[in-house]
Amino acid sequence: MPHIELPEPDVGVLRRLPILIEGLKSRVGKDLLIVDEDGRRAYETDAFTAYRRVPMLVVLPRTTEEVSKILKYCHENDVKVVPRGAGTSLCGGSLPTEDSIVLCISKMNRVLEIDYANRLARLEAGITNLQITANVAGEGFFYAPDPSSQLACTLAGNLAMNSGGAHCLKYGVTTHNVLGVKMVLIDGTVVEIGGSALERNGYDLLSLVIGSEGQLGVITEATVKLVPAPEGARPMMIGFRSPEAAGNCVSAIIAAGIIPVAIEYMDHAAIEVCEAFAGAGYPLDVEALLIVEVEGSESEIGILLGRIAEIAARFDPKTVQISADADQSARIWAGRKAAFGAIGRISDYLCMDGTIPLAQLPHALTRISQICAEYGLKVANIFHAGDGNLHPLILYDANDPEQAANAEIAGETILKLCVELGGCLTGEHGVGIEKRELMTTQFSPTDLAVQMRIKTVFDPTWRLNQAKVFPLAITDVMRAGDAASTPEAA
Amino acid sequence: MSELFRPAAEWELQSMIARLAREKRGIEVVGHGALRNTGRVASSDVVLTTSGLKGVTLYEPTELVMSARSGTPVFEIEQILAARGQMLAFEPVDLGPATGAPGGALSIGGVFATNFSGSRRIAVGSARDNLLGVRAVNGRGELFKSGGRVMKNVAGIDVARGLTGSWGTLAVMTEVTFKVAPLPQTMQTLAFVGLPDDLAIEALGIAMATPLEISGAVHLPKNCAERLKVPKLKGVGQSLTLLRLETFSTSIDERKEKLKTALKVYGNPIELDPEETFGLWSEFRTLSVMPFSTDTSLWRISTLPTKAPEIVAAIQKFMPSVAFYDWSGALIWLEVPAAADAGAADVRRAVAVRGGHATLIRAEPEIRSTVDVFEPLKPEIERLTRGIKSAFDPSGLLNRGRMYANF
Repeated sequence: MPHIELPEPDVGVLRRLPILIEGLKSRVGKDLLIVDEDGRRAYETDAFTAYRRVPMLVVLPRTTEEVSKILKYCHENDVKVVPRGAGTSLCGGSLPTEDSIVLCISKMNRVLEIDYANRLARLEAGITNLQITANVAGEGFFYAPDPSSQLACTLAGNLAMNSGGAHCLKYGVTTHNVLGVKMVLIDGTVVEIGGSALERNGYDLLSLVIGSEGQLGVITEATVKLVPAPEGARPMMIGFRSPEAAGNCVSAIIAAGIIPVAIEYMDHAAIEVCEAFAGAGYPLDVEALLIVEVEGSESEIGILLGRIAEIAARFDPKTVQISADADQSARIWAGRKAAFGAIGRISDYLCMDGTIPLAQLPHALTRISQICAEYGLKVANIFHAGDGNLHPLILYDANDPEQAANAEIAGETILKLCVELGGCLTGEHGVGIEKRELMTTQFSPTDLAVQMRIKTVFDPTWRLNQAKVFPLAITDVMRAGDAASTPEAA
Repeated sequence: MSELFRPAAEWELQSMIARLAREKRGIEVVGHGALRNTGRVASSDVVLTTSGLKGVTLYEPTELVMSARSGTPVFEIEQILAARGQMLAFEPVDLGPATGAPGGALSIGGVFATNFSGSRRIAVGSARDNLLGVRAVNGRGELFKSGGRVMKNVAGIDVARGLTGSWGTLAVMTEVTFKVAPLPQTMQTLAFVGLPDDLAIEALGIAMATPLEISGAVHLPKNCAERLKVPKLKGVGQSLTLLRLETFSTSIDERKEKLKTALKVYGNPIELDPEETFGLWSEFRTLSVMPFSTDTSLWRISTLPTKAPEIVAAIQKFMPSVAFYDWSGALIWLEVPAAADAGAADVRRAVAVRGGHATLIRAEPEIRSTVDVFEPLKPEIERLTRGIKSAFDPSGLLNRGRMYANF
């Protein structure tokens, strides 16, 4: 049985539901509400599907003003709110509770302004990640963060989780690509945090907001940087006999002063599954595969890939293959980006998201195999080698409660290992409910108190996205709405 | 002279602040003094310096990461990095010489406390963007950490980056961990001559929209260009619009030709070789085109590039000024005549109409104590700002009044 604890619903609020529905109807109209159970059930989970709770109500606002009215009403009536974008969170970041209202901003998906001269775009936060780039690609620009779920995930979700992607080695993650947001606080106040200038005025509140997992407010608009698209890009594939050789090769590439736009690592299990799915031409007889991509003009790409091939040769690679054409490049990336889906076709899996210092890779992979073997589980590993973000995919059978429980425990053990090795619990997926209780392995009680006090500044009664990010036991009193109880001392 | 505290270790710093917090004594936080003539003057009972907290604690060149104690001088860090062919890519700006404080005294803690980044910011992000983790002591005397040593880390609220630009008013950083980058193999500069401000900003924008990875985009109007020291540009006698290319030696000529083609209509540029390029952009690291003087005040204005020439022109209607546009126009350093309010009324009005914000960098201490040094906050943002200040430093002890008069 899945073992992450979820708080008991507040029956008092559930009893008041008919009144709350009428109240919201009178403020924003009935068309925005989803009241019927079938409709609500569509929002019962996100991409962390082992946990499901049907929310008592779903609201789909179309404007910032409506978001403000809804939050103000919820605040005045002491109702919990779970913000939601597309529901693609892998850690239960948008999992509802039965006594909460899901506030889903997916209908707010308009492009508000594109300013090529200043290289920025202002967007409603419900727009999908890929749609941003689709709107500006014609002029030679793109929006850089590229999480694997970019077809579906919303900008709002990216902001909440500070999402990364395969190309963040060069272009950074969400927090490096956003200039400002419009956010609604729980009391309905609309605030502009940051703006369109490069520098922030005063405290860097934007840094606190990005990656705060819906704990501080509901973002309705954002201004993002537009980046000029490279002249060209091409990946190469290098197959190795051991994880050590691959890891050392990555170190050597960086030591040579080359920062590729992406360095992706796949282990044997991941290669097999992805190749079966995408037919990308991945070598099947290697223990570790690096996909290294560089950007530039045709001649620059040629020279850089040549240099990387020379460096790789020092580590006795089994195969070195430069992508022959655009079609193969697309397939190489399609295979990698579809990795989760491809593995999902053969098995249920838990996708972990720890980070480790690169030098620890061989040791980490050995330990991960051991940990999973102890629980009788198989694992496939995908690793953003350039930035240390490791994604072990633990395979299990969701219909077997014992396996499901073991997978969760193995996952937790792996994340603790990442922290021990000098890394962290999550590189890009966020904490959500999944890693909530593990926060104490990475952070001291004081570290957490410092973060929780920030939450209290923005959301004094802790009505937003409860029971996530922070361990349940230390948030009991605040979740009950007692702001004064935010830890004064750890 | 205030009592001076100079902890030699993190635990000592923590216990000093914990004691001062119990005694409710106000603390002015300083490094080696590079920033003491910048910002508002803190009201305090004691001075606490991080200058005793020195040394690099972690350096992994192949993982592009370094940790250093907050009082470590930036020049020492840059020497250690250069020995391994690496650098602080965001080119921290040392305001010491421009503000009458000692040069070379900038500490790595001061870099992140102010988030003042140099010209390469447009290519690699700001100091804040390159910060990975901090250890710090807040005004309660609590030692805490945030972030870590890996490039990606989204566990919990990003307190580390949230501390950047807070000028020591929330916490005293004891150790910072940040990204480092390989030194470019080679570099060149194209200097376009005689462009008026608006055309220059347009040209810089066109360059920034190319995929040529421009790593510096500066415009100096004639009266600012005259202050350059690099021999090749010293006597030109006209405005200069400067674009820096940094890449592998196999690509630099190809990129230079492409850039010249893209900007053909703006004239034939003067070309600077790697050595001249290094010299030129080093001048901006210490803001040598804005030399210290008590006859003038210095502003730092953040805005949209396309609005920058309008802002400068609007201010020039009221007073003579010398402008230095960096970040393709997103940043203006503006020298104005010394005045009772350092020109604040006119500067703020010109910025308010067009968007952005202005910070008073250099003026007599009495002026920096009476006019708003930082752009005044909107009421709802001020409410959150005060809340954050109070969460970290409930008694208002750390650098009180350093940013805002009332907290």
